[in-house]
Amino acid sequence: MKIEKYANPTRFLALQEKMQPWLTGSAAFIIAIGLYLGLVVAPPDYQQGETVRIMFIHVPSAWNAMMVYTLMAVSSIIAIVFRHPLADMAAKAAAPFGAVFAFLALATGSLWGKPMWGTWWVWDARLTSTFVLFLLYLGYIAVWQAIEEPRRAAAIARIVAIVGFINVPIIKFSVDWWNSLHQGESIFRAGGPSIYPTILWPLLVMGLGYTLMFFALEFSALRSEVLARRIRQMEIAEAQGS
Amino acid sequence: MTVLAALVRRDLTLALRQGTGAGTALGFFLTVLVLIPLGIGPDQALLQRIAPGALWIALLLSVLLSSDRIFQADFEDGSLELMTMGPAAMEIVVTMKGLAHWLTTGLPLAIAAPLLGFLLNLDAALIGPLVLAMGLGSVALSLLASLGAAVTVGIRRGGLLVSLIILPLYVPVVIFGVAASSGIGGVNIAGPSLMILAAIALVALVTVPFAAAAALRAYMH
Repeated sequence: MKIEKYANPTRFLALQEKMQPWLTGSAAFIIAIGLYLGLVVAPPDYQQGETVRIMFIHVPSAWNAMMVYTLMAVSSIIAIVFRHPLADMAAKAAAPFGAVFAFLALATGSLWGKPMWGTWWVWDARLTSTFVLFLLYLGYIAVWQAIEEPRRAAAIARIVAIVGFINVPIIKFSVDWWNSLHQGESIFRAGGPSIYPTILWPLLVMGLGYTLMFFALEFSALRSEVLARRIRQMEIAEAQGS
Repeated sequence: MTVLAALVRRDLTLALRQGTGAGTALGFFLTVLVLIPLGIGPDQALLQRIAPGALWIALLLSVLLSSDRIFQADFEDGSLELMTMGPAAMEIVVTMKGLAHWLTTGLPLAIAAPLLGFLLNLDAALIGPLVLAMGLGSVALSLLASLGAAVTVGIRRGGLLVSLIILPLYVPVVIFGVAASSGIGGVNIAGPSLMILAAIALVALVTVPFAAAAALRAYMH
């Protein structure tokens, strides 16, 4: 079995139908475990108290915001190189979820920043670059909204997604390149994670849960997208026939 | 070479002879700069502190406002399509039109900036770095504006969309531009910031033409 097989919309729909309950179920199950570990099992931080639990929403949202944009850029490159019909639709379907993840990361970060840093917002490197990511999502969505002809919209949206991708590594490394109020990389770093296992585990579980949730949403949105396009084609065929 | 020169000369002539060219951008630049002290108040010390940043924002808005003249008219009357049939590749046409836009917008504004800076009580010691940084940074701004113009060329009322797509990409130019042209930060960061500005301009020069040409092709087919 090869993955390219599922670039065919009909085969994708069949696969999606089989996988959707499992994806949705496992996402709900793992997020439930993550929430239990994070809200009940994990102890309050000795300095931050209960507010440390904001991290279990904040960090997975931020991870997913970057991952979703990366997926959109990769899909756009695939769409240019291989002309797979599903690649454009996958990127289009992913954008609203990415925008919500970016917004959640910003909003929860702001709620966390007020008690910890004493301010809702600072214009430092990581916050600014995440805000820019949110704007890029909005711009990408606006392109699809503004151009009526789907093939043309897809061609323009690809360019916007690929050009905007330059921001993702900037977000990732912003805390290393600049002196930021935001804390540095504390999980994926040489010498192992610098946060304590009792809060690291719930965080990783929530990260996995959020990623599964994204794919569950993405699969179902992609199904709607495929069906919407078929309806459009049928309407065009009907209008031409009559 | 004559083809390239002809492309640039055509855009320059159009910009100079039509009222909508360099003069409008300069007028808009002046208007924004006049509005800032009126909005903030005439406190000389405060104005001196914000002058470089205010000049940069005015430059950015002027470049953005004039971006639709890069491709719009030529796309609508079909001359852009004609240019693509000529000896120069679409990427070259895009680069030359971006260059013409810089010559009629970024460069004049960078030169006018210190003069208009007196309205904002600009520190005289900053004039040199400011002109240098604006001249260099506006190359990147013009190129990115041509990308935004190409991406929205076939959209009615694409102006708002341009700002949504292009403003995020302007962020690094503004950050390093202001860092290179104002004394903020305590340590001397002007030199490295200027180099990063040059790097951004060069990266834009080699990448933007391809992306913008791809967008224009999508609208022509």
